[in-house]
Amino acid sequence: MIHTSFLSHDRFKFLWVALALGLISALFYLFHDPKEPPNGGTWLGYSLGTVGAILILWLTYLGRRKRNFLNGSGTVKGWVSAHVYLGAALLIVGTLHTGFQFGWNIHTVAYALMCVVILSGFYGIYAYTALPSTRNDLKGSQTLDEIFVQVEDRDAQILKLVEGVNSQVSSAITSALDRTVIGGGYREQLFGIDRSLAMINGRLVGNPAQGAILEYLIETLSKEKGQTRERLGQLMNALAERKKLLDIIRDDIKAQARTSAWLLVHVPVTFGLLASLIAHVISVFVYW
Amino acid sequence: MSDEQFEIIIIGAGPGGLSAASRAAESGVSHVLLESSPKIANTIQKYQKGKHVMATPDILPLRSPIDFQAGKREIILETWEQGISSYNTNVHYGAEAKKIEGSKGNFSVECSNGTVYLGKHIILGIGMQGNPRQLGVPGDQAELVQYQLDDPDEYSNESIVIVGAGDAAIENAVALSDNNKVYIVNRKDEFARAKEGNLNLILAAIESETIECFYGTTPNKVEETPDGERAGLFFLNTSSGEAQVPVDRIIARLGAIAPRGLVESFGIEFPNDDPNAIPALSNQYESNVEGIYVIGALGGYPLIKQAMNQGYEVVEYIQGNQVKPADHELIAAKFEVLPGDIEVDDVLSLMQARIPVFEHVNALQFREIILDSNVHVFKKGDLIFKKNDYTNSFYTIFQGDVEIEAAKDLRILSKQGSFFGEMSLLSGRRRSATVFAGDNCVVIETPRRTMNKLISSVDAVKRVLDQTFIVRTIQQKFAPENSIEELMPVAENTVINQFRPGEVIFAEGDEGDTLHFIRSGSVTISSAQQGKDVIMSYVPANQAVGEMALLGDTARSATATATVKTETLSINRESFDMLMDTAKGLRDRMEKIAEERNRQNVAKQSRAADSSELVSFLMGQGLGEATDVLLIDEEKCVACDFCEQACAATHDGTSRLNRKAGPTHAHIHIPTSCRHCEDPSCMKDCPPDAIQRGGVGGEVFIGDNCIGCGNCEQNCPYGVIQMAYKSEAPDSYWRWMLFGLGDKPGKADKSKSANPDAIKQAVKCDMCKDIDGGPACVRACPTGAALRLSPEEFAGW
Repeated sequence: MIHTSFLSHDRFKFLWVALALGLISALFYLFHDPKEPPNGGTWLGYSLGTVGAILILWLTYLGRRKRNFLNGSGTVKGWVSAHVYLGAALLIVGTLHTGFQFGWNIHTVAYALMCVVILSGFYGIYAYTALPSTRNDLKGSQTLDEIFVQVEDRDAQILKLVEGVNSQVSSAITSALDRTVIGGGYREQLFGIDRSLAMINGRLVGNPAQGAILEYLIETLSKEKGQTRERLGQLMNALAERKKLLDIIRDDIKAQARTSAWLLVHVPVTFGLLASLIAHVISVFVYW
Repeated sequence: MSDEQFEIIIIGAGPGGLSAASRAAESGVSHVLLESSPKIANTIQKYQKGKHVMATPDILPLRSPIDFQAGKREIILETWEQGISSYNTNVHYGAEAKKIEGSKGNFSVECSNGTVYLGKHIILGIGMQGNPRQLGVPGDQAELVQYQLDDPDEYSNESIVIVGAGDAAIENAVALSDNNKVYIVNRKDEFARAKEGNLNLILAAIESETIECFYGTTPNKVEETPDGERAGLFFLNTSSGEAQVPVDRIIARLGAIAPRGLVESFGIEFPNDDPNAIPALSNQYESNVEGIYVIGALGGYPLIKQAMNQGYEVVEYIQGNQVKPADHELIAAKFEVLPGDIEVDDVLSLMQARIPVFEHVNALQFREIILDSNVHVFKKGDLIFKKNDYTNSFYTIFQGDVEIEAAKDLRILSKQGSFFGEMSLLSGRRRSATVFAGDNCVVIETPRRTMNKLISSVDAVKRVLDQTFIVRTIQQKFAPENSIEELMPVAENTVINQFRPGEVIFAEGDEGDTLHFIRSGSVTISSAQQGKDVIMSYVPANQAVGEMALLGDTARSATATATVKTETLSINRESFDMLMDTAKGLRDRMEKIAEERNRQNVAKQSRAADSSELVSFLMGQGLGEATDVLLIDEEKCVACDFCEQACAATHDGTSRLNRKAGPTHAHIHIPTSCRHCEDPSCMKDCPPDAIQRGGVGGEVFIGDNCIGCGNCEQNCPYGVIQMAYKSEAPDSYWRWMLFGLGDKPGKADKSKSANPDAIKQAVKCDMCKDIDGGPACVRACPTGAALRLSPEEFAGW
């Protein structure tokens, strides 16, 4: 494969760096024998804390580097690779820094926030590596815009076909087209919730995945004969094809939302972490 | 027919014609200016409203009674109108010249309205645009019939018929269909001539009934209905009988009639059939028909200022005044580096006398060549260009000699009068050798565009260049230790063959009788394996294919197919054997190459994945002519659009790539972005020569001297050039991040320009030539989905 991902960037260079950092920290921790129980106040505790704090600041700086299009050093891919592996190593460094002393205080809050950021980052790795393939498999060689155009084509075809059927059926189908909903808020996008509706027999009913209108058509069709039945059959096929296209669009939106939604946790919590980190450091030096 | 005989009849009221007529008026010479349209400067009238017109070349002084400065279209036209009326210039509108008879001192010009004009001299300044093809039916001169569409938003709630099936017709129909009832009349049963994008648009519009299409239909007549609800009735002959459409407007987009046929009917000769050919002219712009002078675009001078200067000068020449051309000072400045104190005209004649390749060029054209060229004086040992440089200018030796480093420790001496650099000029590839200055060295460097213009207009130049290219290629590639004379017999039997995209050069199993050296274009080598055609390798220009069968005396073991328009030097078996006997060590070298090929093939065959389909897809998208292309791996792309933002942020606010657009195969996506073609279509017709190729990566880029004409945008087959305003400096990241002020980096609003005088200029990928670290799109990709590749690397899949 010619394209290499951020994970295998530069032959996993930063994975080795991160493993080395984790391993060295662990070894120091194991052979460290302070007078008091292990905590952040020993020389090793201060050292791990300093390394951790520098790492946090540097990891946060990715947000700046990736927008520095003009004169940033290296490639963003390289930075992301280092960010991912060293961010994972921070979990070891930070945890060892605590000496496993937790309590209801600002120090543990900082630690907890750090864990939230790192764990959401792990989800991010999954999202960035697995979801693009999912989206690609869904759409094949088409773009989302092209699929939307196909939906419009189907709409036009269906609107032409309904001209030949009775008004009850035709208004049900037209209502299903009109009230098809794609996307929506975060919740709808993330979980693929379909709020489409249809007006069937004078009642407004939910029509997720176009199920209600298709079911209505199937039932109506079975009672008809001859030309009407044929026409309804054509409509059913066209609606089914349209449903397939809508499913692809919805699944694609879902995958796309999931690809970026984790950042809504990762980034704001990072700023929370920075604030609590400052409080943690100040309180340590002032009040300890 | 009036009996008045004019001293000068000027045909065409473009910049050149207006300038000539005003100069004649100013000097009291009897004249008439004939213009087929109802207004002056037809081509400029057709520019969109408010278009900024440039006055390049800046260094050239203007020499005309009427003024011309860069500015808005309306202001320029107004200045010219005022200019011609202040000199009482004699202009006849609606006078379309269609026949010229007689000879110098006694010409008659017949117009399509029947008027005949008599004159002693004729100045032809009719441009290259040609006249729009008319409907050719009764009533086609009615006011409701028009041949162009300036602004589709001007019309609403009208019934409009568009006649034509080309891109212009489709674009007009689609644009008008938003607010009007639009019909389109197509003589044929399909839209075969349209670009794919337009085809999709029009078919969708017809399908959805926003536009009604008459297929297989021809116009019959147009009738005005002053009392009717609509302005007229359009009668059509459809495949199923006659039809009538009530219309407010008929827009015929049937293309233009190129002026060449008309010009030839006047007796003016063109040197060959090349569509870019220009008539041969004397250094006073006189054609082969004595008394008929040709100026402006038709004479090979597409810029407004040049045409105006010529208009002035030609009137002086007709009066017998020997004015020095406006470019005299400019050429004198170019010659300042030369030792001694010789007159400009003498240097020019000396150059033509000494350099055989320019011998057949007329004095006027040669002047133009020198105006575009640079004269260099080098000290012995100076580097002129390096092997693998991306420059493509052409050099001739005016004095002294140069040394061409054909191989390590092997320098070939080239003497006064000969030329070098033609390899890159003709193949569009990098320099194939390093060249140093020898003793006493003075060379003329001529840019690619100027040479290409010359090649297409003077057959002799093309012939000499081709012959030299062949023999030098053979020397360099196969027999560096042999002299040109020894290789002449081989070269004389070598022919240049052209292949269309997808054409098979030779097929597996054929008799192997020819070696093909690829001069331009590229080739894929494939072979049938288990009933499937598997692509083994991609061979770019400057390499040979077909040597295996000649060496081994076997049938072809693989098929060679041209990926794009490809030219090869074909060496037949007899010449090949002769070459083998003449050139020392050639057999060994060829065998080494064959071994290496077989090694690659075996490696390829033993790889599990077959990438043939992918490579075929990429070739099908025209990547055979690419040198560097952005490919996105959809399995890694998270759609963050950082590639586009990075591009915009580093390039005046406009992204030169469109990530979403473009085709995809398997998971490889080709976004709409420049692929830096080997022989770029965009460079073919750039009036200010603003598109250049060079730098470290061979990138094709557009300079600041772009005049915004849009030719390159139209000529690019891949749609990667856009017209855009430059935006202000990118906004500060920290200001945006901390205070939410300004635009997000890479997201500036570029629909308008802060500067009201700014013009839209052509923009495209320049491979970030001015940015350390390489292309911003690739460097900004967080996941590794974006990658730039050259086609040679495709075989690695």
